[in-house]
Amino acid sequence: MAISIKNTRARYGLAAISLHWLMALIIIGMYPLGLYIDSLGYYDAAYKTVPHWHKSVGMVLLALLVVRLLWRSISIKPKVLFHSAVQKRVVKLAHSSLYTLMFVALLSGYMISTADGRAIAVFNWFEVPALPAVIDEQEDVAGLIHYWVTTSLIILAGAHALAALKHHFINKDKTLSRMLVSTGRA
Amino acid sequence: MKMKSLIAGAVLAGATFSTSALYAADYVIDNKDAHASINFRVSHLGYSWLQGRFNKFEGQFSFDEANPAASTATVNISTKSVDSNHAERDKHIRSDDFLDVSKFPSAKFESTAFNMNDDGSAVMTGNFTLHGVTKPIEIAVSKLGEGDDPWGDYRSGFTGTTEFKMKDFGITKNLGPASETVYLELHVEGIRQ
Repeated sequence: MAISIKNTRARYGLAAISLHWLMALIIIGMYPLGLYIDSLGYYDAAYKTVPHWHKSVGMVLLALLVVRLLWRSISIKPKVLFHSAVQKRVVKLAHSSLYTLMFVALLSGYMISTADGRAIAVFNWFEVPALPAVIDEQEDVAGLIHYWVTTSLIILAGAHALAALKHHFINKDKTLSRMLVSTGRA
Repeated sequence: MKMKSLIAGAVLAGATFSTSALYAADYVIDNKDAHASINFRVSHLGYSWLQGRFNKFEGQFSFDEANPAASTATVNISTKSVDSNHAERDKHIRSDDFLDVSKFPSAKFESTAFNMNDDGSAVMTGNFTLHGVTKPIEIAVSKLGEGDDPWGDYRSGFTGTTEFKMKDFGITKNLGPASETVYLELHVEGIRQ
């Protein structure tokens, strides 16, 4: 049985699965890329290109996040598996924290590069215009937030992955497999 | 004899002091309406100039045409106000690679001497504190003019230029052989108090 585009009560649909794993892969790549940018010297050949990619990918991620949140808001939520009331609340908090951190990470990154009114060129394909700066030395404040929020996001995503693996291998439930395509039926 | 010259010296010193006290005009740099600017330029790769400025500073100076040697000046610069018209670069300049503004929020110039030539050009010597390091520097000064302004005050204006090597002030980040020197250009207009 092919997996439907939409979610069911039993499992995630193709759209949610694609958005989840695509964004997961990109985010896992973006973090070390950001640290690498920080380490680049002025005369490194990558000094201009890699930040350009990082910013471009960031804007693509922001678009994906918007699509994902919209899709999520009109989708059925697969039912939570084998959780106590406390666990349910923790899971809900963790998931909403992941969304919040993603959003703040992307917004703070955008606010660094656009603090002086410069637009962000996305792969030299189109430009995302700047909004008026909100605070003085916005690039510094946004930079600090960007670092700590992305670091928190990676740590929380790691915990999220460990929890999924625990469900899969220890609880042997469908928490992970219903977010995968290959295991088909659920 | 020795006593006599000592007394003469004291009298002379007293006379100089009172002259300057009588005639030296004290000015406050007009930062409020931005008729003053502190600009810097650093070579970009040796191919062109990167021009920037500090947007926040305050200072005062004393200048008396009749006794220019008594001139003094003090300027405090907020290092985090650095502006090179590019937020990402400003962020880098404020970081510990360069100005390290969280550790060294201000830079300061305090004059120690002023020598004016007959042609109006002058050299102001003083201590410059940047990045926590204080070193004497010389600023080539030229007076642009002074007089009444249309709003009831009296103003005078100077231009000063100086240069220093970043590494002399403990900024060791190397941007390449062409870019080790910072050229400062100061346009200062003061309102007489």
